[in-house]
Amino acid sequence: MNSGMSLIVRTVTRLVYGLALVFGFYVIMHGHLTPGGGFQGGAVVASAFALLLVAFGAAGIKGRLNHHLLQTLEEIGALAFLALGFVGIGTAFFYNLLANSGSLFGGPVPLGPNAGVFNAGGTLPLMNWAVGLKVMTGIAAIVIAMLIGARKEETE
Amino acid sequence: MNIGNLPFVVAALLVAFGIYTFLFKRNLIKLVIGVSLVETGVNLFLVTLGYRTAGIAPIYTFAPEAERMVLPTPQALTLTSIVIGLATTALLLSFAVFIHRHYGTLDVRKVKELRG
Amino acid sequence: MKKAVILVAFLFVGAFLLLAATSMRPFGEPAFADMDDYFIANTQVEVAANNAVTAVVFDYRGFDTLGEATVLFAAVVSVLALFRKLREDET
Repeated sequence: MNSGMSLIVRTVTRLVYGLALVFGFYVIMHGHLTPGGGFQGGAVVASAFALLLVAFGAAGIKGRLNHHLLQTLEEIGALAFLALGFVGIGTAFFYNLLANSGSLFGGPVPLGPNAGVFNAGGTLPLMNWAVGLKVMTGIAAIVIAMLIGARKEETE
Repeated sequence: MNIGNLPFVVAALLVAFGIYTFLFKRNLIKLVIGVSLVETGVNLFLVTLGYRTAGIAPIYTFAPEAERMVLPTPQALTLTSIVIGLATTALLLSFAVFIHRHYGTLDVRKVKELRG
Repeated sequence: MKKAVILVAFLFVGAFLLLAATSMRPFGEPAFADMDDYFIANTQVEVAANNAVTAVVFDYRGFDTLGEATVLFAAVVSVLALFRKLREDET
């Protein structure tokens, strides 16, 4: 049974899939410098997963994207976000302890418009990664579950 | 160029279209589209509230020299609202799929009859 | 008859929405911007990030984001629980 779409769609998907992944991870990684962040980049990566699912069908991705793994990763992202919120509990919940500390992501930032310092922002880049992981795996799990449900509906 | 209150009017029209969908449509998928329309209108209203005339995006990376930036808080809350809207839309569509499985129809008038 | 009543109610609500939209304060001049001015002025000092929106989302208003993450988690778990019966039939 051929559950995917036509050859044209599959070829274009092979071309675009990697680019969408790279762009999504770029948006997550530079969330504290450029427009974007965890939510937006996670949505871009999840749209790449959705493209893969639509083009190749549920049978084409069997064994590669499994919803147990996706759900575990989502919970890891949520717990990492919560833990990063608790980092600054000595002062206040969600206090940015790492900013301007000189350690990881604690570099100084020139005031006013600048070219962007990557090693800055304190807990912001780490939270971007946590939330990006959570959003991308959560939406991908939703899409996989709904696709399997729809395919079940068709075969009945 | 002075456009007056046109963005607020557009947001109000989007919300009004969504309410029209709630009142006059019977198909569950169309009702989900109406919920999305209302969400879009509210998001547009929030972003519009935070706009300053001739303001730039509140990001300092390669920012042009301008003294005004638009307000960041409505944009942040809209970002939150978009993700919540996505999640609730997915949930509503899954409920629609299961109602169609159980009742064999998407018409809300026929769904109200109990069927074991 | 019932449809006419619904139509009148809809026109009433729509008229009020449009009235509210046209009588808002002018577009482009936020009324209360003190908090946002503080965020814009102090983002680079306190959070050391260039992007003020991300600073507001993850630092100044991190609690909102925590609630949002909870909602997303609940939605994902609900969808997966709804489709679980189908998936078990499948395998």
